[in-house]
Amino acid sequence: MRAAVLVFPGSNCDRDLAVAFEKAGARVSMVWHKDTGLPEGVDIVAVPGGFSYGDYLRCGAIAANSPICGALKKHVERGGFALGICNGFQVLTETRLLPGALRRNANLKYICKLVGLRVETADSAFTAGYEQGQEITIPIAHHDGNYYADDETLRALNDQDRVAFRYVENPNGSVESIAGVLSENRRVLGMMPHPERMAEPSHGGTDGQAMFRALMDQLATA
Amino acid sequence: MKARVTVMLKNGVLDPQGEAVRHALGSLGFDGVEGVRQGKVIELDLAPGTTEDTVVQMCEKLLANTVIESYSVEMG
Repeated sequence: MRAAVLVFPGSNCDRDLAVAFEKAGARVSMVWHKDTGLPEGVDIVAVPGGFSYGDYLRCGAIAANSPICGALKKHVERGGFALGICNGFQVLTETRLLPGALRRNANLKYICKLVGLRVETADSAFTAGYEQGQEITIPIAHHDGNYYADDETLRALNDQDRVAFRYVENPNGSVESIAGVLSENRRVLGMMPHPERMAEPSHGGTDGQAMFRALMDQLATA
Repeated sequence: MKARVTVMLKNGVLDPQGEAVRHALGSLGFDGVEGVRQGKVIELDLAPGTTEDTVVQMCEKLLANTVIESYSVEMG
């Protein structure tokens, strides 16, 4: 599997994400936001956490209009995989590759803590390593993670089994406690929690590892 | 020429910052504040001849996230 991790000014989880992919056995390229193309043969594009462009205007808004995001959109339109974590999720909603938007946390506070997540579907390359209904512990660290989607979108997400994760205890006001959603073709996942920060024993837990291993299994090329 | 773009969360989208401001006003003794919505104003200095239509495109493409925000444009 070849993974590309996008790097924007202000990204700060790009190295962690690259290490999580590498430990699962992927070959990883870091790709600068001004690049207009992805390396040949990339299977999955990962959009990391952080504060791209200082969160100016809206979280993820400027990054979504950067040159590399043109290449990201083409990659997804071709049926390529993409994973957005935290600020990466915000970027994916701003590009409209995923539905909904992330608002300011309901309590207006930056929240940095471990949270329980319930795996709502194992039917995706990202979540195939979990059991449906399994509860895992993954950290969150965000100020704007309060997921919003209108009623029609929520219906579609539920009917199509596209809610990947829900918070066991809603920390930020997200509608229906949604923590992560899949695209219609199930090849794009955005989530606020950070599985890459829970990917080896020295992190204090390994509940995030299954995501990277499952991706490796599902996307391994001959 | 100038344009002034006002971006607000859409009606129906909970505005936690506006709510916090409303509570703060209440605790300062200002009674009767029944709702507060907080948005942002973006002022643009534009080359002469820039049309309102172009500013609307700027709003659609970047200045507002129309999933949760509405915008209005004032030219002049």
